[in-house]
Amino acid sequence: MSLLDRFRDRVGSGSATSGDPLVDDLRAVLSPDRVKTDGAQRSLLGKDASVFDGGSAGPICYPISTNEVVDIMQVAQRHDRAVVPRGAGTGLAGGAIPLGAPIVVAVTKMRSIGEIDEANGVAWVEPGVINLDLTRHLTPLGYHFAPDPSSQQVCTIGGNVANNSGGPHCLAYGVTNSHVAAIEIVTPSGDVVMLGGLDPEPDGYDLRGIFIGSEGTLGIATKVAVRLTKNRPAVRTLLLSFASVRDAANTVSDVIAAGIVPAAMEVMDQRITEAVENYVGAGYPTNAAAVLLAEVDGPEEGIDIDADRIAEIGRANNATMVRVAADNTERALLWKGRKTAFGAVAQIAPDYYLHDTVVPRSALADVLDEIYAIADRHDLLIMNVFHAGDGNLHPLIVFDGRDEGVLERVHAAGGEIIEASLAAGGVLSGEHGIGVEKQKYMDRLFSDADLDHQNRLRRAFDPVCRANPGKILPMGHSCADIQQLRSVPTGVWG
Amino acid sequence: MTATLRNHDPALDEFAREVGSEGAVSIAGNRTRWDVGGPLDPDTRVLSAPTGIVEYIPEEMIVTVRAGTSVEELHRTLAERGQWTALPERGGTVGGAVAVGQNDFRRPARGDVRSAVLQVRYVSAEGTLITGGGPTVKNVSGFDLPRLITGSLGTLGCIAEVILRTNPIPATTRWLSSTNADPFAIHAALLQPGPILWDGTTTLVMLFGHEVAVAADIDRLRSLGTFDDCAAPSAPTGHRWSVPPAALSDVAALNTGAFVAEIGVGIVHAEQPQSRPPLDAGALLIHERMKAEFDPTARLNPGRTVGVR
Ligand SMILES: Cc1cc2nc3c(=O)[nH]c(=O)nc-3n(C[C@H](O)[C@H](O)[C@H](O)COP(=O)(O)OP(=O)(O)OC[C@H]3O[C@@H](n4cnc5c(N)ncnc54)[C@H](O)[C@@H]3O)c2cc1C
Repeated sequence: MSLLDRFRDRVGSGSATSGDPLVDDLRAVLSPDRVKTDGAQRSLLGKDASVFDGGSAGPICYPISTNEVVDIMQVAQRHDRAVVPRGAGTGLAGGAIPLGAPIVVAVTKMRSIGEIDEANGVAWVEPGVINLDLTRHLTPLGYHFAPDPSSQQVCTIGGNVANNSGGPHCLAYGVTNSHVAAIEIVTPSGDVVMLGGLDPEPDGYDLRGIFIGSEGTLGIATKVAVRLTKNRPAVRTLLLSFASVRDAANTVSDVIAAGIVPAAMEVMDQRITEAVENYVGAGYPTNAAAVLLAEVDGPEEGIDIDADRIAEIGRANNATMVRVAADNTERALLWKGRKTAFGAVAQIAPDYYLHDTVVPRSALADVLDEIYAIADRHDLLIMNVFHAGDGNLHPLIVFDGRDEGVLERVHAAGGEIIEASLAAGGVLSGEHGIGVEKQKYMDRLFSDADLDHQNRLRRAFDPVCRANPGKILPMGHSCADIQQLRSVPTGVWG
Repeated sequence: MTATLRNHDPALDEFAREVGSEGAVSIAGNRTRWDVGGPLDPDTRVLSAPTGIVEYIPEEMIVTVRAGTSVEELHRTLAERGQWTALPERGGTVGGAVAVGQNDFRRPARGDVRSAVLQVRYVSAEGTLITGGGPTVKNVSGFDLPRLITGSLGTLGCIAEVILRTNPIPATTRWLSSTNADPFAIHAALLQPGPILWDGTTTLVMLFGHEVAVAADIDRLRSLGTFDDCAAPSAPTGHRWSVPPAALSDVAALNTGAFVAEIGVGIVHAEQPQSRPPLDAGALLIHERMKAEFDPTARLNPGRTVGVR
């Protein structure tokens, strides 16, 4: 990756020693055991779940309070060092990869679930709270946190906020931005600011709205008021199989066209379904070219109207089988299969590159054809499992990184997938973000002037490129290139 | 470059030329919320945004519409295909509704304006046409300019065109009124309550969804009081308050005067204006920098301040 190489060249791979004034200052404001400088930690936190490497972490801090995050930000200012917020490191676009040996602020120890404010419909949580832990905490009270990324067993609320994460059940209920009322942040200048509020129309620009999805470049979230969603009394989960991916895709767009917005509509192609079945035995048919998992929920009364209609639309699109999950056990198993799809591919090959683009729903079938053709051209195995309801594709390239030249082919195919999605009227990312992965494609979607305005938004929060430099905006815009970090340290870190 | 995103539209180019790069400028819609944000500086050139529905794709649930189009016209067109948007129906234009960013009083059944704007094209203070966001219902490709522009009251850019998310109109909607049911109990009793309006004596509630679901909701409500069918109310008027929904349980303490409260939401339409604390210093700093970045010569809608009701 050329950008990462540039960062790597610039900072080298220093090893940390105490006696470094930066480390000493950090240890003075946190307890010394919560500032890590050993090589193992720094190499671990130099990566995230993406295929990108070349990151290099400076000192790693584990704050336990907002005040400590402020202290860290002030130390960063004094030493003119960048900071990179980090949650669980499950990001797939390289958003948490530290570039230029910044201070890594891992919020994973800030994980308490605070007040559940039912009267205002929110819960206050710290950013390191794990997504699924939050929902488990809320379920007995009759609520859940609606965004349910497949990584929900490990990813954090802070990461969800920073990436505006989605999940299968975001089709009807919306992604993270619809489920966060307020965010306390520590700004790059070290101020503690509350963005948004519990009232519906807070004053001023929608800073809450723009912070969500900003990938750690506008500051560090230290407390989040997440919205409580009432649990649904009734659920119907339909499993439909098809003899072609096209029939499945057409069913999805016909359902939406019929004015039904199901809670979820997920498609898996045959290869991924086979992998899932071998892995967890969820009960998916392995002889179908594609399966569609559609779920409707709400009050018991009327729920079958939508469920029946979806089944009907499926049959009109040549569904070879339509099954309704008989009970919660069967439903849970089907979802387990869907959500462990990425774990399942580890059985097939050691490495995968999970892509993320969005296309108009009506273009799904054509773009998928194109994606299979791209795989053939590059002699690669591509599987498709995706949030079909909102046109969010997740082509999964499975490979063995030890094969000579395979990475080049993987990246070339990835580029073509992006081009095919854009050509169909789509966008670069539906939920993983831009990070370092897609910076170089930003100018395919936006003009220089458009990007300049995105940059202005960023500068309003962070005029000195303190927070997570090197992400989102392509080269040529401030904070995109380490050369523009005002001072890249020499010495022990660089 | 995608077709949808970069469709060349001479009407927008013309608008950009009109806005130009010099002199104070403001865009008027239908002037239904003209005073929000404070009085416009005199000697400001007042323009209109281009009009017309550019492209409506019901099966994608999106519509591209120029900012000067009236919400009424937009919703009339969408209704032919059984859809609507979150924009408030108060006689205004699409651009005005997006710039002001206030929600319709039926928000619980229609969604909020900020989530409805998928893509925005606006003319910058330098006279350049800028595009933010994209035409798909899900998108995290870069910084979220649509959210910044929505509710920015024309102080950061002149809105020329938006792509809005549309939603299916529910199969059934029904308004009921009650004088003896507790509005908060109504809110708690329903899984997905529609708008609940309360003036201290009478509660109006809208139920929506499949007919059988609405009927079941009515059954649920019976245990809370007596309800009669009533006509759909028109939009409440008065000073607009925004308070945490829990604060509505003690409206008297707010000193609103006569009021209509949106239960579960936190908007109050009141006789008296709301006095709100100023933004805290850290937030104010970001606001000032934002304004300076987007409008360095302060030519866009001078006199208006976001957050002044
Ligand atoms: C197997 C697998 C499945 C996945 N499935 C989905 C899915 O279904 N939907 C989906 O949307 N994503 C999915 N993801 C991507 C990823 O899990 C999400 O983006 C998740 O929200 C990241 O959370 P995290 O805690 O791991 O964040 P990290 O990876 O640690 O960080 C992600 C970004 O957030 C920033 N950040 C983290 N914490 C903060 C904070 N407190 N304040 C400010 N910025 C912060 C970081 O700087 C970085 O830019 C998947 C990933 C994997 C590996």
